[in-house]
Amino acid sequence: MRVGLDVGSTTIKCVVLDDTDQIIYKSYERHFSQITQKMTELLTKLKQEVLHGEPVRLTVSGSAGMGIAETCKLPFVQEVYSTRVAVGKLIPDTDVIIELGGEDAKILFLTGGMEVRMNGSCAGGTGAFIDQMATLLNISLDEMDQIAKDYEKIYTIASRCGVFAKSDVQPLLNQGARKSDISASIFAAVANQTIAGLAQGRRIAGKVLYLGGPLTFLSQLRYSFDQALKTTGICPENSLYFVALGAAFASDTEIDLEAAIQNVEAYGNTANFLSIPPLFANDAEYEEFRKRHESAKVPKGDPSQYRGDAFLGIDAGSTTVKAVLIGKDGEVLDSIYQSNSGNPIPIVKNYILNIYNKYPQIHIASSAVTGYGEELLKNAFRIDTGIVETVAHFTAAKRFLPDVDFVIDIGGQDMKCFKIHNGAIDNIFLNEACSSGCGSFLQTFANTLGYEIPEFARLGLFAKHPVDLGSRCTVFMNSQVKQAQKDGATTEDISAGLSVSVVKNAIYKVIRAASAEELGRHIVVQGGTFLNDAVLRVFEKELGVPVVRPDISGLMGAYGAAIYAMGKSTGASTLVSKEELESFQHEVKVTSCGLCSNHCRLTINIFGKDRRYIGGNRCEKPVTKRSSGSSLNLYQYKLNKLRSYQPVAGKRGKIGMPMGLNFYELLPFWHTFFTDLGFEVVTSPLSTRELYLNGQSTIPSDTVCFPAKLMHGHILALVEQGIHNIFYPCMSYNIDEGLGDNHYNCPVVAYYPEVISANTSALKDFNFIHDYVGIHRKHDFPVKMHRILEKYFPDIRFSEVKKAAKDAYNEYDRYFADIRAKGDEIIAQAREQKREIIVLSGRPYHLDPEINHGIDKLITELGAAVISEDVVSCKVKRFPTAVLNQWTYHARLYAAARYIANQKDMNLVQLVSFGCGVDAITTDEVRRILENENKIYTQIKIDEITNLGAVKIRLRSLFAALEE
Amino acid sequence: MAELKFNSKGRLLFTKEMKKEYTILCPSMAPVHFQLIVNVFNNCGYHFELLTNDGPNVVQEGLKYVHNDTCYPALLVIGQFMDALHSGKYDLDRTALVITQTGGGCRASNYIHLLRKALKKAGLPQIPVVSLNLSGLERNPGFSVTLPMLRKFLAALVYGDELVLLYNQTEAYEVNKGDSQKLVDRWIEDLTEQFNHGKGLSAREFNVNLRKIVKDFAKIPIHKVPKVKVGIVGEIYVKYSALGNNHLEDFLREQDCEVNVPGLMNFALFKVDNRLEDIKLYGGNPAKYAVCNLLMNYLLKLQNILIDAVKSEPKFLPPCPYAHTKSLVKGVIGYGSKMGEGWLLTAEMIELAEQGYENIVCAQPFGCLPNHIVGKGMVHRIKTVNPRSNIVPIDYDPSATRVNQENRIKLMLAVARENLVHGEND
Repeated sequence: MRVGLDVGSTTIKCVVLDDTDQIIYKSYERHFSQITQKMTELLTKLKQEVLHGEPVRLTVSGSAGMGIAETCKLPFVQEVYSTRVAVGKLIPDTDVIIELGGEDAKILFLTGGMEVRMNGSCAGGTGAFIDQMATLLNISLDEMDQIAKDYEKIYTIASRCGVFAKSDVQPLLNQGARKSDISASIFAAVANQTIAGLAQGRRIAGKVLYLGGPLTFLSQLRYSFDQALKTTGICPENSLYFVALGAAFASDTEIDLEAAIQNVEAYGNTANFLSIPPLFANDAEYEEFRKRHESAKVPKGDPSQYRGDAFLGIDAGSTTVKAVLIGKDGEVLDSIYQSNSGNPIPIVKNYILNIYNKYPQIHIASSAVTGYGEELLKNAFRIDTGIVETVAHFTAAKRFLPDVDFVIDIGGQDMKCFKIHNGAIDNIFLNEACSSGCGSFLQTFANTLGYEIPEFARLGLFAKHPVDLGSRCTVFMNSQVKQAQKDGATTEDISAGLSVSVVKNAIYKVIRAASAEELGRHIVVQGGTFLNDAVLRVFEKELGVPVVRPDISGLMGAYGAAIYAMGKSTGASTLVSKEELESFQHEVKVTSCGLCSNHCRLTINIFGKDRRYIGGNRCEKPVTKRSSGSSLNLYQYKLNKLRSYQPVAGKRGKIGMPMGLNFYELLPFWHTFFTDLGFEVVTSPLSTRELYLNGQSTIPSDTVCFPAKLMHGHILALVEQGIHNIFYPCMSYNIDEGLGDNHYNCPVVAYYPEVISANTSALKDFNFIHDYVGIHRKHDFPVKMHRILEKYFPDIRFSEVKKAAKDAYNEYDRYFADIRAKGDEIIAQAREQKREIIVLSGRPYHLDPEINHGIDKLITELGAAVISEDVVSCKVKRFPTAVLNQWTYHARLYAAARYIANQKDMNLVQLVSFGCGVDAITTDEVRRILENENKIYTQIKIDEITNLGAVKIRLRSLFAALEE
Repeated sequence: MAELKFNSKGRLLFTKEMKKEYTILCPSMAPVHFQLIVNVFNNCGYHFELLTNDGPNVVQEGLKYVHNDTCYPALLVIGQFMDALHSGKYDLDRTALVITQTGGGCRASNYIHLLRKALKKAGLPQIPVVSLNLSGLERNPGFSVTLPMLRKFLAALVYGDELVLLYNQTEAYEVNKGDSQKLVDRWIEDLTEQFNHGKGLSAREFNVNLRKIVKDFAKIPIHKVPKVKVGIVGEIYVKYSALGNNHLEDFLREQDCEVNVPGLMNFALFKVDNRLEDIKLYGGNPAKYAVCNLLMNYLLKLQNILIDAVKSEPKFLPPCPYAHTKSLVKGVIGYGSKMGEGWLLTAEMIELAEQGYENIVCAQPFGCLPNHIVGKGMVHRIKTVNPRSNIVPIDYDPSATRVNQENRIKLMLAVARENLVHGEND
């Protein structure tokens, strides 16, 4: 008999075949990471109930089975390969196989040149990801599949990585989007992710097989794939078992089952993983720790005894709702802390109603709300004021430690830390979308391992050998945990290890501190995650200072909001009345905004007759019906200026240019150059989501920055217009502006045309001109350029090129002069109107609204003027930097930072594209330059999709700090 | 004791006194080459020490002192330095660090600045950092690469390339396990002894040594069986350093493969050639062109000696001449793409496939910018040039787990083994 064992990341599958290849036994179960134990059980069962001492040939497959098989000397076959063996035998006419597993996604092309593809290490759109999403929506997978059938709208959800998607889903939930729509959108995102990430330009057609758990169990996921592929795939019988079947078919080595069982069992007992000392050496240490933290207590009052004015604070966090009612002396009368189950509205409604009913003698004199759901709740319940989260937390922290100089809050989804300098919030650190080692991270793992979070945390406290898991994002952590378990770590060790990783993530990745002194000596920790004693202990150990954890650690945002409300109270609150609440209605409609080309998906929440709240919008238009175009926005001006370079008909016909990356700065140059030569210069349209998706399947590297990825869509847009000549030159060097040691472009800007050329098969019959061009050598340029152009257009004369080059350089200078003059005008106007000036710094291509997500407008809406770094960088002479200053665009950043250092009303906000390797260097240097002059540094990471909620927090905190 | 001196920009200099008193720590990368190079420096009056510390603390130190989004090699190199400095083994007032600086348009040119930042952060500002470069980027009174030194340096590079090449071609098939390693060790010892006596570096001795090494390797008894042949290309540090690539070569050997890691000589040629290409593409100083051309020709001469030496035993596959490697990417990618490993990385993949090493691991640090272009970006096109190529790009970073990496490599190997069997049947 032959046995195939598929030990995957979340499940074990087993198949036993008789001599005629008939399945005589099969099993499928989740192993909750108890891999060796489950494997031993399974093998023992097989031995006793199925095999009855017959000779057995056995092969192991699956990602988690690899190490075990190796150590226990069992035959192993790689899982993708195994799938192919099974399909080849059972359904030989298959063209393409799509297989989703717990953590892997694979596509196998069988016909027309065999190729196998597997997701890279940064790609989460898999079973574990869908599990996480279900947890977030607070429904089971079955329910998710059921309700997805009734979807009306598909939202755009980042399909690249689970963590990203999470930060898209959360705001949707907070805006009140329907769960059925979100579920369907998640499935669509997974389908897109798999196809775009793995097909890499190759068409999926013919007979398509769907294999693996998620595709077997979720009919709507299959539907999403069918939709995306425009085909009907087949989910065959035994679709869960193909890897196991393949392993069984491939089995040709007879093994000693008894010995195998013993080996596997023994394997589990080798505690061979990297561990750190236990969190507590003994019980006494724990006792001391517990007592010390018990003393940080908030005063409490008895709500049934209290009379008169009280103040309500609500914190609508990403996964939880917190509310606190306080009396005149700041004493807590009542509070709740509850999971928002994806919709905070009914919870808050019941809570307020409950206060009205239970304590009629209490008069709510004022209310304030903070957190992700701020706007939604403010509109729903007519709450008096909204307050940015950082300010709320600072307000609360001061109550516990008046001279607090550092606050760290780790919530369910986000992490906020800030320094306090001279009584104002100074330096804010928020976790970027990529490193969300937060509360929901611990929760997801606890659930995966079959525990509730409090119990899971307790287990970690007394672990003997906490695992060292490093400090990275959830997707990576899954495999790290898997490996630790494989190496014999217990659940206790893993629980403690995960706490360590949350803390290390916060300290080294988000804050990037080298020592505790750097953070401050008076530290308040808060947020639900710090209720976990293990996390708290690790934090203190890592920093080497005792910290204060208020007993209302999870409620600090709400408490701060309540204190804030008290301060702002006029005596009469606008909060909804008891009667209104009793007849409270909440209805959600979804629609597309038609007011501009963005076509935002709007979620309209209607509360009774007079109140509504619109979510999902990127600008204020759908709310105010007015354009938000402020005249004090250089980004807008620049964009309009670039769009004024329109095609002019010419004798040599059309030449196309993709409107992305360095064309955002060099368009004036190239437009003039080619127009002069008699070409009609046609640019691709401004980026849109559709344009991006159209080119997505030709992107070879899924970790390159979003601006580069957009180029694929732009080139295709030109191809689809039938423009035969397309110009997109490679450029190692940029113009030397005299600000740095060299004047390079970054490798991606410099050579992306090569990637386009090598991966866009649609360019086959086009003339794609992507030669190496050096505009930095003004005198050599015409000579070299003439030689290049001659290859494609033999009739072009040198004299023409020479003249065109001269005009092009002039136009480039004129363009910059114009931009800088306009910038100076905006500065002058802003100063006259006493407005803050934000130097929104980044790269020229951050002008693209699809890349900057309207952050420029967000800033003007908050009342400040926006200019770009190139307006002020030219006002500074070259100066020494602590890094090698060798890129033209980046030299401007340092110069701008240097310039604004002594401009009181100017502040710098740096836009950083996710995946930009160069910015790992520039951000630290810009920060250093600013902080040397006591300026606040604000960084905003942007990607394909950006959570504008988090961006708003940063900006509002910045403005709040500037007000102080 | 040597006094701390600074230049006008405030950079701590490595002085002549320091040359006498200080130990200069050198990070490890390609182990065979670096051992030889370190010996060359010691032969020239410096006290170099090659770092060999490994293990998780290196990564931890790196994470602590370097921006976590910076490339993995920077994190490891700096982590290895910090781990060494904190080990208590060195007198921190008599220790300097050396690091290479290429001056190219990639982030790697900034390693030295990141290292200085890290030293400052760790409270060790008194430790001088020496830049090893050929671009005249940072000068130090106590450290200069003279022409004779450069020659020795290049000779060491060639010896390194040869030893690695012959080791890889022999080890996979040796009858007595360990023969090849013993021979490599013996020759490193032998060459070091020669260097210490000022020998082994003249053109004649050089030629003699190279041929002797070939003869020695040819004597190792082997049993030639068909094996899966795997080439390794990638970002230079991750390609060569076991610390960077989770001991990739060892893993592949355990999987019963013959490994081919293209040598450093082509990389040196590539770097010099870039200067020529720049002038050809964009214009520039003819005098500079002539100087670079001279160096280029010298390097080519060395490479020829190496190729001829290896050819003296027909059982060995000699390295490709640079001109041939370069010709392979014509029409695939432009010679102007020079940042990082540039077009050379693409060329090496095509070359490996051409030489029968069509199974390729393209190793890169997670998010490496040049690799988006010349690595992953070119896989599709290489496949059209050589449909037999079976390439797997693998990302390395502090948290990428070995399980994931090895699983993907095993998939590549499964396909390779199938091709191997088919190949035999053809």
